[in-house]
Amino acid sequence: MILSALIFILVAGGLLSWMADRWHRGSAKWVALATVGIELVLTIWLWLQSAGAMAFPAHGGWLAETRSEWIPRFGVSFHLAMDGISLLLVVLTAFLGVVSVACSWTEIQERAGFFYFNLLWTLAGAVGVFLAVDLFLFFFFWELMLVPMYFMIAIWGHEKRQYASIKFFIFAEGSGLLMLVAILALVFVHYRSTGVLTFDYFELLNTPMSPSTELWIMLGFFIAFAVKAPIVPFHTWLPDAHTEAPTAGSVILAGVLLKTGAYGLLRFVVPLFPEAAGYFAPVAMSLGAAGVVYGALLAFAQTDFKRLVAYTSVSHLGFVVLGIFAWNPWSLGGAAMQMIAHGISTGALFVIAGILQERTHTRDMHRFGGLWGVMPRLAAMGLFFAIAALGLPGMGNFVGEFLVLLGLSRVSSVLASVAAAAFVASVVYALALVQKVFYGENTHGWQLNDLSGREMATLYSMAAIALWLGLYPQPVLDAAPGIANGPPAIAVAHQEGNAE
Amino acid sequence: MNTPPSALPSNLMALFPLILLAASAVVVMLAAAFYRHPRPVVMLTLTGLVLSFASLFLSQGLGSRQVTALLVLDHYALFFIGLILAATFVVAVLCYRYFGGGESRHEALYILLLLAALGGGVLVASSHFASFLLGVELLSISLFALIAYPRFRELPLEAGIKYLILAGFSSGLLLFGMALVYAQLGTMQFAKIGTMLAAPDEALELYGMAGLALIVTGVGFKLALVPFHMWTPDVYEGAPAPIAAFIATVSKGAMLVLMLRYFLVAGAYQSQPITLALSLVAVMTILIGNVLALLQDNVKRILAYSSIAQLGYLLVGFLAYGGLAIEAVAYYLTAYFVTMLGAFGVITVLSAGLNDGSDGLAERDSDRLADYAGLFWHRPWLAGIFTAMLLSLAGIPLTMGFIGKFYILTAGVKASLWIPVIAVVVGSTIGLYYYLRIIAALFAHDAKVGFVPEAKFAGTISLAESVTLATLTLLLIALGIYPTLLIQLLETTVVHLAGVPEFFALAGLVTGV
Repeated sequence: MILSALIFILVAGGLLSWMADRWHRGSAKWVALATVGIELVLTIWLWLQSAGAMAFPAHGGWLAETRSEWIPRFGVSFHLAMDGISLLLVVLTAFLGVVSVACSWTEIQERAGFFYFNLLWTLAGAVGVFLAVDLFLFFFFWELMLVPMYFMIAIWGHEKRQYASIKFFIFAEGSGLLMLVAILALVFVHYRSTGVLTFDYFELLNTPMSPSTELWIMLGFFIAFAVKAPIVPFHTWLPDAHTEAPTAGSVILAGVLLKTGAYGLLRFVVPLFPEAAGYFAPVAMSLGAAGVVYGALLAFAQTDFKRLVAYTSVSHLGFVVLGIFAWNPWSLGGAAMQMIAHGISTGALFVIAGILQERTHTRDMHRFGGLWGVMPRLAAMGLFFAIAALGLPGMGNFVGEFLVLLGLSRVSSVLASVAAAAFVASVVYALALVQKVFYGENTHGWQLNDLSGREMATLYSMAAIALWLGLYPQPVLDAAPGIANGPPAIAVAHQEGNAE
Repeated sequence: MNTPPSALPSNLMALFPLILLAASAVVVMLAAAFYRHPRPVVMLTLTGLVLSFASLFLSQGLGSRQVTALLVLDHYALFFIGLILAATFVVAVLCYRYFGGGESRHEALYILLLLAALGGGVLVASSHFASFLLGVELLSISLFALIAYPRFRELPLEAGIKYLILAGFSSGLLLFGMALVYAQLGTMQFAKIGTMLAAPDEALELYGMAGLALIVTGVGFKLALVPFHMWTPDVYEGAPAPIAAFIATVSKGAMLVLMLRYFLVAGAYQSQPITLALSLVAVMTILIGNVLALLQDNVKRILAYSSIAQLGYLLVGFLAYGGLAIEAVAYYLTAYFVTMLGAFGVITVLSAGLNDGSDGLAERDSDRLADYAGLFWHRPWLAGIFTAMLLSLAGIPLTMGFIGKFYILTAGVKASLWIPVIAVVVGSTIGLYYYLRIIAALFAHDAKVGFVPEAKFAGTISLAESVTLATLTLLLIALGIYPTLLIQLLETTVVHLAGVPEFFALAGLVTGV
């Protein structure tokens, strides 16, 4: 019940803020803020509620469930369930929802009602993705969140918004359809062996398949998630979309939408196709490692603030992919941690980019310089999140990356050392960012207002969370019990497969 | 078929929907002869359509019934007759203001529309080559006149001639094909052909095979499948917008429905070469239709190519054969009807039609992409409806198009039609681009152009038009969120084709999943 509420609050809030703007201009943002506020309170309450339950691994890991018939013809039901990892991601979504409403507060003046409608519906789609345990329902939400995101980029984006939004949509939708075919193939393989037509996740687990069938079906899923995550050869939509999106769009894209891809790998690819995933893991891990290095190198070469941050996402999500496919307690805990920490640190960097752009109307780092003297608070925050992104101990990203490397080194020491080398590259890009934007002489003579109270509240709360994740990560690691403290039995078979 | 005399009344009753449709054409013609004003005529037309629709429930109570050797009124036929009647109703409503409302003399249009609908109805119910041909001709001949109805304008005339020549040509192919099949088997009844071919060592010989190929080609022209698609964009562009909607929906839909019945009942699905050829045609139709749509700047032409591609998707469901194929085709076709009527409805509403005060004629419909720039910010509801329709064509969730595409893919995957299924995926992905182009134009907010000056827009939408468009949109979303309503109907009744030979069920083709 509460799980449906998590989705419907956002859906209703979106409609309401659209309507509200027609009745009274300027009221849309308040409605949106109230909606994401309620959502955040609700999710945190759920977390506190379930903290006790999660202490016992015997619980099976599932915290809440709701189910009702939807399309009985195909065995499709409206089936939502929440375990630790989906809880974490829903909390992250709600928090970034608040952040993105806050950072759009003055940026979005035109057609605000429709903007917040799209923002809230994107969030609703993402929450649906994290909660759905019916494959049809999952796909439904997966596609549903694309449309409002498309509108956010296409209407409120920057200069090349048409190109970026269409590219984003086509990449995501095309790979999504491939996943639909894979879902259907899985369902019919299951139907042929059992005579039951169902899209239910729990029933489709452990479907017997021939190895080649399993590999093909898994690839269909993998490509869809690889596009979203993004894993390297499929990442080209990301820099464009992140750069051209309005601030809130970039925050949601980086913080939430990329996580749906990683979540899909974690929830569906490995558990549904353990054999094929084990067989495929070296390839996936190589791609992940390539992403880590490639993203870091390209980030270093950027002159556009947002584009730089976008490429760091490719690098960070590479760690998540490594962590997932290494599939042991350390690497999975690290992957979960990295997902959350990346959402916070990258989200904050996009907020900073948005603040700069709103004041200076440029993202070109050559046109900045010496901003420390002009806006010290913003500069301090910029430095803070840049070193959070490079993985300095004491921040959440460090915990995530360290755990991933720890787990990975037990599977493949070569890949672990390659990924560790990216630490160096990330120091270079993060410091280059700080150097170009905040240090040096104010040669362009910028006279800018420093952070307002609203902006400070946003960034300080994000900084506090980044520190909390780094200094006391246990709650997050606890919250993914089935994953962090004892990977499911399939992992055993998986690692044996790897050892060969 | 020997019908006992006592069955006559109930046979007549089963035939009521078609009889009423024919009768209303006559009544409308007489009414127009005595009192020349479009308002009563359109009222009579709509009443006739509603009565005919209501009588469907009467016929449904009788179960599936063979009426003479020519027509079979099973649930399959009744469902699609209903669909055709509803679509005709929408088209008639859209025509009224477009063709000048009460000020212009366009009564004959409604007679033609009713006759065309009758042709469609006969097609979906036909079980014999003779009724097949009668239906096709009734439909096409009415359509020539409908397309060229604004006879003072250049484009409609050109489109009408084009359609005339191609329709004539394809009817010729159909006739020749039928003759060849008859030459081998000596019967024109679908069911008898099916039984004969089901016999152990009976198969189509060269004659029959050539005949079947010719029939498929003739139908391919009407459906605008790919090597036979050239006429579509020109005719869609030239035809008045509501008539283009009629061609896209009723004319193509009835043809496909007939074709599916023929393939399943007359056993054509057993012919490997034809199935192979049709798979190839489906793949080509999907890819070429979508790719060519990328090159267009005219919304009607984009929709024309899009409808070519949509028919390709339908063909993939078609090729799955069996019960699931019927369901998939029926669902997708319904979604396609709703969507195309909605999309062309928006174009109609935005076009001046023949309503222009100054010289009595507008040069063209509002069909350039530029006409739609920033529409969302001027007329949000209309643009919202158009967006919903386009998203449905693209197969995005919350719309019927999504469930339809899901159905098609399900049928395709179940029948392991991997290459056509991949073509659907690739085609849909390409297709997104041109749908998004229109949507991007609708939402463009920095467009200085706004509305193009020479395009004259009707100031207000009539109440009937807004109610129609709103209903279509609500239907689109309601059945997109909760498709079970329609699926139950399809699953329980429509899939049971009359006259499907016994072996068919044994082969597991009819039983659903």
